Order: sequence, then structure tokens, then C-alpha cells
Amino acid sequence: MAETPHVDLSGSRDTADRAFNGLVIAAATLVLLILGMIAVTMTQRASSVFGKMGFEFFTSKRWAPPDGQFGGLSFIWGTVYTSAIAIAIAVPVSLSVALFITQIAPRRLKMPLVYVLDLLAVVPSVVFGLWGVLVLAQPIQVVYTHIHNVVGGIPILGSIFGDTPQGRSFMTAGIILAIMITPIITSLAREVIETTPTPEKEAAYALGATRWEMIRGSIIPHSKGGIVGAVMLGLGRAMGETIAAALVIGASVGQISINVFSSGNSMPAVIANEWGEADDMHKSGLIALAVVLFVITIVVNVIASAIVRRSMARSRGART
Amino acid sequence: MKTWMLVGSLAVTSLVTSCKKSEDGNNAAKIKEGGDKAKEGPVTVNGSGSTFQKPFQEVAIDSFSKDHPNIKVNYGGGGSGKGRQDFSDQVTDYGCSDAPYKDDVEKKTKGGEFLYVPVLLGAITVSYNVDGVDKLQLSAETIAKIFQREIKKWNDPAIAADNPGVKLPATDITVAHRSDGSGTTEQFTKFLDISTNSTAWHLKSGSTVEWAPDTQGGNGNSGVAQIVKSTPGAIGYVDLPDAKASSLKFAAVKNAAGKYIAPSTESAQAAGDGIEVKDNLTFVSVNAKGDASYPITAPSWCMLYVKQTDKTKGEALKAYFKYMVTDGQKLIPSIDFAPLPKSLQDKAIASIDKIQIQ
Repeated sequence: MAETPHVDLSGSRDTADRAFNGLVIAAATLVLLILGMIAVTMTQRASSVFGKMGFEFFTSKRWAPPDGQFGGLSFIWGTVYTSAIAIAIAVPVSLSVALFITQIAPRRLKMPLVYVLDLLAVVPSVVFGLWGVLVLAQPIQVVYTHIHNVVGGIPILGSIFGDTPQGRSFMTAGIILAIMITPIITSLAREVIETTPTPEKEAAYALGATRWEMIRGSIIPHSKGGIVGAVMLGLGRAMGETIAAALVIGASVGQISINVFSSGNSMPAVIANEWGEADDMHKSGLIALAVVLFVITIVVNVIASAIVRRSMARSRGART
Repeated sequence: MKTWMLVGSLAVTSLVTSCKKSEDGNNAAKIKEGGDKAKEGPVTVNGSGSTFQKPFQEVAIDSFSKDHPNIKVNYGGGGSGKGRQDFSDQVTDYGCSDAPYKDDVEKKTKGGEFLYVPVLLGAITVSYNVDGVDKLQLSAETIAKIFQREIKKWNDPAIAADNPGVKLPATDITVAHRSDGSGTTEQFTKFLDISTNSTAWHLKSGSTVEWAPDTQGGNGNSGVAQIVKSTPGAIGYVDLPDAKASSLKFAAVKNAAGKYIAPSTESAQAAGDGIEVKDNLTFVSVNAKGDASYPITAPSWCMLYVKQTDKTKGEALKAYFKYMVTDGQKLIPSIDFAPLPKSLQDKAIASIDKIQIQ
């Protein structure tokens, strides 16, 4: 007699539990399923170009859709190069801002700063792109020319900051991308830095360290892993950025140059630019670029989150 | 349980009533048949395609809808390639394109036989940004050399030869072209290909061609105009309305008769008089005959299926197409395009009359 209500109760709870379980598992699998389906269909649609070009897709820079030639190297180069410029600019800025917010800024200044940075992160990329092409591109050409005139004679630097600077170039794209990824890197770095245990910082001060020595000796070693992860997440965003890059990079096809002032193209930018009028084979070539981009960004993101996770675990361990 | 059933039955009833309503609407439309404008529609027709003729579509739709309040025409733009694709997949009711289908694709359109209706002609300018040079003359050979980066300075002897007496600076040339696939690129390269007999021009003709790496791409006509405007020494091909909107300087181009002609509504119209039209109303309008013809004059068509299965929609489309090639033509000079020559207009009207509404 006493067992009956018990059974009823567990029965109904069982159904609810099972339904809930099923729902969340379905949602979780759906994400994987969608990712898998994207990968499969993209590879399928890219197969005609991969099949035709083979490995040459990665080694040739000749992109001539009317001739059926699809070499993606110049776009891969453009993506890598602009992302590298973006990282080179964004990382020092982001880390300085993160350190300023966590260590130096008075509390009154801290909140508004964080707020503005978060706001910067949600500005649509097309806004940055349009600002870049309409406002930045023309006057910055003068700056580029000055830089070239100053360092043009020095080997290596002379070819990096090469001649005939263009307003729409790798450099301009790098600057715009840097502005876009700075908030991401800053906010992640800030969170990692804040996990530095107070005793460690106080220990450094107790030993007579200046603020800079404390940052170097306590904060940096503690949060190195997390910062690297933050930078890589920023890198992932920079590589995948489409519209902003498409607007300011200059859209030159086949350009592989270490001259940061020359026009170029990146994988997402060329897809955005050429998709509209592409015929079947051309579309297949563009999808092939998307597959390459897909793989690269997944790899970067997986590495990044692994690093972040490991360093988070370590800092949590250090705290307790 | 009961509440669920109630909600369910409510949903069903509302569905049924909404179906009924739309049926009534259809019947009403059927009753309102006939040529009388007040009895047309209500109906919406959708088109997409060429951005080159989009300014015309916009003014034409605006003024057409004043006379035909029950017909709503939407034009989506998106580029000639998209226009052809959407039309052939029957995503849209009509499509517009600066180039006809390729032969093998033409037969695969889902709606069967269709018409090419020429709509307008437009000049593609060779716009430039060189301080102190307000008048520039260029031959096809020189343009070909500039856009293939065989000439890299403005004071090159080839440019000087086209411009006797003009003082040209030693500025570097920056070449601007379309980064997106484009009907404008196709017409511009077709001009270079045809008028130099493919001797000076090696990049062939197409909606995208293999530009040299040290050239710049801009998105859309306005994107190219923006590069030319903001870069000293730049040169690029831009359609006349956009070149004027950005107040660019543009060159007079040597035509088939050996005369240097500046782009304008009149010179594009003159080119229209010198074209040879095929039976399906397609034609090539670059490098046209005639002393006053501007040689880089591009055409644009709209496409419509011959068999129209929806009576209301068919009538609406027919009325709109008729409007485009008759009264609509009067709007064209004000937006810096050229209307069709009279003979071609008549052919277009005759062709629209072939439409069968079932």
C-alpha cells in the first residue's frame, strides 16, 4: 500500500527527467550535427575544384575563373598576413588596456572603460569597414608614404614598408581588424589577470617590487596561458572577418607580397566579392576557399580554448 | 488536455478561414478581369538582376505604380548573374541582365521559352584622377595597355600620342576595377577585346577577368568610383551615372570611326543607332559604327517567359514591360542612360505582344 504513491511519483519524475534529458541531448547533438553537415556539404560542393586542382589549389596563386584555374595561395597569404598585422597591433594595446583596468585605473574609471570596450565588441563589422574605406583609407596613405620614406632604405624594413603605398591595403585591413579584435582580447585578458591571487601580488610588493616588477613577476607568469588563449581567439575572429576586410583590403587578385602597403585579398573577402556573379565551377572554387578557412579557424579555436581551459584550471588550482 | 484541444481547434478554424479569405481574394481578382486599369490586380510581381539598370527600374516602377495602383513591382538588384539565375529557377517573375545567357544554359530555364526585351543603353566611362589634366583622350590600345599594367606612368608616350599638346604629369597610375563579378566588367573587356581584335588585350572578356596583382578592386560601380576619387593617379571604368554622382573626370574614347567621343546620353544613343540586332533582340553594342557613337556603350535586357500561367500576374507583367519600352523610355535621359533607338523600341513592343496568357 505504501509503495503505490512512491511508484507513481518516481514514474512521473522519470518521464520529466527523461524528456528533459532528451531535449538537452538533442540540442547538443544538433550543434554537432549542423557543424558536421556544413563540413560535409561544403567539401562535397568544393570537390570539383579540389579534384581538378589537387594540391595546386594550395600552391598556385593563379586565380582565373574564366580559364578554370583556381589557385588559392594569394588569398591564404592575405588572410594570414592581415591577421598577423592585426595581432601585432592589437596584442600590445589589449594587454596594456587590460593591465590598466585591473591594476592601475581607479574604480570610478574602471566600470565605464569596461562598458565602452564591451560596446566596441558589438559594433557590426560593416561599420568598421565603411569607416575604414571612407574615412581612414585616403589620409592614411600620406602616413604610409612618410613611413616608407623614413625606413625605405633599410633592408627588410624597406621591403615590409615598401613603395607605392595604397590606402586600401594589407596594412589598412590589419588596422581595422586590430580595432575589431582589441575588445575581445582585452576582456578575456582582463578576466585572466584578475584571477591572479592577491597573496602572490602582495608577496611581490613585500619583496620590494615596483608595480612593473610585480606585473612581470606575478601577473604575467600566472596568466600567460590565458592571455595566449585570448590572443588566439582574437586571431580566429580576425581570420574569419569578411565585410570589413573586403572593403579595405583592396581586392587585388594574385598578390603575394610582404609589402604591407600593397593591395591584396583574403579568403573571406574574395568569397564575399565574387559569389554574386560566379558560375558553378567558380562557386566550387570559392567554397573550396571556405573549406580551407573553416578548417583553419576550427584548428585555431580548438587550440585557443584548450589553452584557456588549461590555464583557467591551473589558476583555480593555485587559488585554493 | 482540454485546453490543448481548444487551442488546436482554434488554430484549425483560423487556418480554414484564412484559406477561405485568400480564395475569395483570388475570385475577386478573377472577376476583375479586363484591360481597364482600375480593375487590375491586386498583384505583386518580383524581379531581380542587373545593378547597372537598377536606377531605371527604380524610377520606372515609381512612375508605373502611379498609373497602376494595384500592381506592385519589386526589383531586387543583386547583379546580372543573380538575375539570370533567379529567372531561370523561377524564383522571380522577371529577370534583368546586361548579358544574355550562354547558349548551353539558355535552354535550361525552368519556365521554357522566354523573351529578351532590351531596355536601355548606357555609357561606361573611363574615369581618371589626374591633377591638371581636364581633358583626356584614349584609344582602345592605350586603355588596354593601362589596364594590363604595361603602362605605369601618366606621361607614357602612348598616352601622350593620344593627347597631342596636353601636359601629362609623371604620376604613377593606379588601376581600379570591379572586385565583384559584373556585367560592367564584361562589357568593358568586350570593348577592349573586340576593338583591338584581341591583339593588344590579352585578358579576354568576362564578368571577372584576371587582373594584374598590382591593381585594386572596388565593390560595385560606386566602389570603383570611390577609389578613383580618393586616389591621385587612379583610372577605372565606372558607369556614367555613378561617375557623374562622384563628379569624376572621364576620358573621350576613340570609336570605330576613329573619332574621340566623350560619354553622354547622346553619344550612347548614337551608338544605339549603329548596332546590329539579332532575331532574339540580343546584340553587341560596344564599338558600334557611326561618327558620334561612344564606343563603350553597354546594353541591358529584361527577360520574361512567353507562357504566363497566372492570368493576373501575366497581365501585370505585360503591362509593366510595355511601359518600360514605351513611356518609361522618356525617363531614361534624366538618369544619364540612353533610350532605345525607335526601330528597336518597335521590335521590343512586337516581341512583348507574343506573350501568351493562359
